[in-house]
Amino acid sequence: MTNYRIGIDVGGTNTDAVVMDGDDNLRAKTKTPTTKDITTGILSALDVVLDDSGVSEDELDYVMLGTTHATNAITERRGLNEVGVIRIGAPATRSIRPLLEWPDDLAEAIGNNVAILDGGHEFDGRLLNDLDEEQVRAQIREFADVDAFAVTSVFSPVRDDHETRVAELIREEVGDDVPISVSNEIGSVGLLERENATALNAALTSVASEAANAFVDAMDERGIGANLYFGQNDGTLMSVDYAIRYPIFTVASGPSNSVRGAAYLSQVENGIIVDVGGTTTDVGAVTEGFPRESSVAVEIGEVKTNFRMPDIIAIGIGGGSIVSTDGGVTVGPQSVGYKLTEEARCFGGETLTATDLEVAAGTIDIGSVTPDVGVETVEAAREYVRECVEREVDRMKTSADPVPVVIVGGGSILVPDDIGGASEVYKPDHYEVANAVGVAIAQVSGEVDRIYSLDEMDREEAIQHAKDEATENALAAGADADSVDIVDVEEVPLSYLPGNAVRIKVKAAGALDH
Amino acid sequence: MMVEIGVEEIEDIALGATILGTGGGGDPHVGKLVAKQAIEEFGPVELLDPDELDADDFVVPTAQMGAPTVSVEKLPSGREAVASLDRIERELGETADATMPIECGGINSTFPFAVAARRGLPVVDADGMGRAFPELQHETFNIYGVSGTPAAVSDERGNTCIIETDDNDQLEWLARGVTVRMGGVAYVSDYPMTGRQVKETAIPGTMSLARDLGRALRLAEDDAMDAIREVTRESIYGEARSLFEGKIVDVQRRTEHGFVFGHVDIDGLDGDEGSTMRIEFQNENLGAAVDGSYVATVPDLITVLDRETGGPIPTESLRYGARVRVLGIRTPEIMRTPAALDVWGPKSFGLEATYEPLADHP
Repeated sequence: MTNYRIGIDVGGTNTDAVVMDGDDNLRAKTKTPTTKDITTGILSALDVVLDDSGVSEDELDYVMLGTTHATNAITERRGLNEVGVIRIGAPATRSIRPLLEWPDDLAEAIGNNVAILDGGHEFDGRLLNDLDEEQVRAQIREFADVDAFAVTSVFSPVRDDHETRVAELIREEVGDDVPISVSNEIGSVGLLERENATALNAALTSVASEAANAFVDAMDERGIGANLYFGQNDGTLMSVDYAIRYPIFTVASGPSNSVRGAAYLSQVENGIIVDVGGTTTDVGAVTEGFPRESSVAVEIGEVKTNFRMPDIIAIGIGGGSIVSTDGGVTVGPQSVGYKLTEEARCFGGETLTATDLEVAAGTIDIGSVTPDVGVETVEAAREYVRECVEREVDRMKTSADPVPVVIVGGGSILVPDDIGGASEVYKPDHYEVANAVGVAIAQVSGEVDRIYSLDEMDREEAIQHAKDEATENALAAGADADSVDIVDVEEVPLSYLPGNAVRIKVKAAGALDH
Repeated sequence: MMVEIGVEEIEDIALGATILGTGGGGDPHVGKLVAKQAIEEFGPVELLDPDELDADDFVVPTAQMGAPTVSVEKLPSGREAVASLDRIERELGETADATMPIECGGINSTFPFAVAARRGLPVVDADGMGRAFPELQHETFNIYGVSGTPAAVSDERGNTCIIETDDNDQLEWLARGVTVRMGGVAYVSDYPMTGRQVKETAIPGTMSLARDLGRALRLAEDDAMDAIREVTRESIYGEARSLFEGKIVDVQRRTEHGFVFGHVDIDGLDGDEGSTMRIEFQNENLGAAVDGSYVATVPDLITVLDRETGGPIPTESLRYGARVRVLGIRTPEIMRTPAALDVWGPKSFGLEATYEPLADHP
């Protein structure tokens, strides 16, 4: 078996692709412009790397794709499903109706069908209220015309029975074809944020399935019979079927892939990753090889959500950033974006960009013109970029100790090698395609995020229970049993709550089962 | 002139209450949404100056108590606090003329407006903490002799429990136990009192202060600090002071008896370079010391703001690397008498410090 894999990352500006062999060596790489019809860009990137590597279609075992398709659908309100949003928790929770805080046009785009029905549990798993099955059936029939359902029950991260039962009732009433998103599989404690994430997920399933089918068709067209995977927010992979069911988990896969790729290329397992793109720089943290998760609610399309998302700070500095010399020298946040090759001075344009400064300084050689820029302007701009990056690197750290910093992405040249607070600065080989490498080397994972009552079991038992479940989830996602490791355990005691309640989060990950 | 609280004012109160919450008091987000939906449904609420109360008016405060982690999951039905107020009315055979918050910092700043909207009552522009504190005996009402009981505690199922004690510490103890049985969050009505008692014991003007602080922060274009200073200058509190500016270099937390204890260390920047501030907290910020000497302690307000945005940072969100400005606001006279300091002075929270009121200016 040859074990060749292709990793493809579809970004806003570029579609990157790499071919990796069975020993994780990079055999070919390319950066091509992202096309409006995403498939065309993917296919041309694919053709280039296959050609360059000399690897034939039938030698490919896996193709991994990172895409922000779902994010764009939310931002543009495009192709979203009409969703029946069912909350189980009455008589509690009636004081805040579902979608109350959503932007009006987004709530309308998913149909504004909301209901609050009887049921739910307490924090310790006691029953809050019985599920009224007749009431649920009547509501489902009322929502019979929706494209998808989103079901959220109070404290379903502790007990999911009511969500599971409502999903069964939906199947009985409207059949097997309608996608159902249940909240305990998507978010954690925090009803509104979890409900929002679940409703967004339900809204995205058609878009996701179209994108996935286009991807599958494109592979068929090239005669590629490899297994297809999608990159997800935590830096691991999911199968095509899973991506169609949980499209919300792809919305931040881009930055996560960069973190994974940068860690792999530099062999830095713990540190800070700086990914310099065309318009922005993403700063993230890598912990044991995986992107650190955000601990606060993250907004998507102006909606607060609480599912797993990487802890990323984006700053408006990239290769296309416009350099201003009015007063002091500043770089960004305005950018010429994808028009770099028309507007930047080094390509004969009128706008002074960050790229022009490096061309003037002789550190890179692109374009047709060498812009005439004073050395003091170059120095001042580099200093400005350094200060901005140093500041964000510091904000991503968890203590004052110096940590390794890895710089990747097409615009890496903009960031100097001496970063305050860094123990070492790495700019690894293949830095410009770190995101495609990240998705190509990704593992599959399983997670658990639950509240346990330590009155019922002791702490060790609870943690073991969570570890077992996370491992099972990783195996279900396609991990090789021998390679599954527990990569993260987090334990948070719940304040103001007697009864020894503790929230345990565990993640297991392993290599793809060949 | 009648002052009305609508949806926009609720937004401002919630933001201002985060400053008055001194790092704790719970995230006002859920309370804000509950109040907003109630006001959208039932109309705006009248904010009543304590001076407008008659001596024999009957005022019944309302609040949420319990675990913030539960309150963001098991959202209220919206009727619980109304049920508690109704229960107190039945118990005492009197009809409420107004409701009032017991706490103006954090989540409890907004719940009474939901009760008021549903019951068509005004909210008295006052409270009993003047900031956020953890327990039911931390009330000027308690300090100046108002009985906390009869108190009613209710859940979303319509269960109501009436508590009668001759000691407000006992009220806290029993109500906390009932709250756990009710699923970790409950809604209380306590310290029912007359208009005269409100005027004698409550801290006046705190709801309008929260609203004005929130509005000032929302509209502040340049310096949030200036906006806060301007609002506090006109209040019965002292004018806000910038105590320290710097970068967080260490945060330590531990959970004991259901409370989060800890401290944060901040290394000085600019004018404070070379110095370190340590803030100790128990859910709320309790004391701030520069290089080992206290510069502010409870009950004065200590709030950590994001140095760039001016947004208040709750204790649970403090983390390494944040650039912050620490704000101090002196509490009103009524909160720092010897009797008051017995209940919430630095020693009552285990701080080795003697309370010195913050001066208006350095």
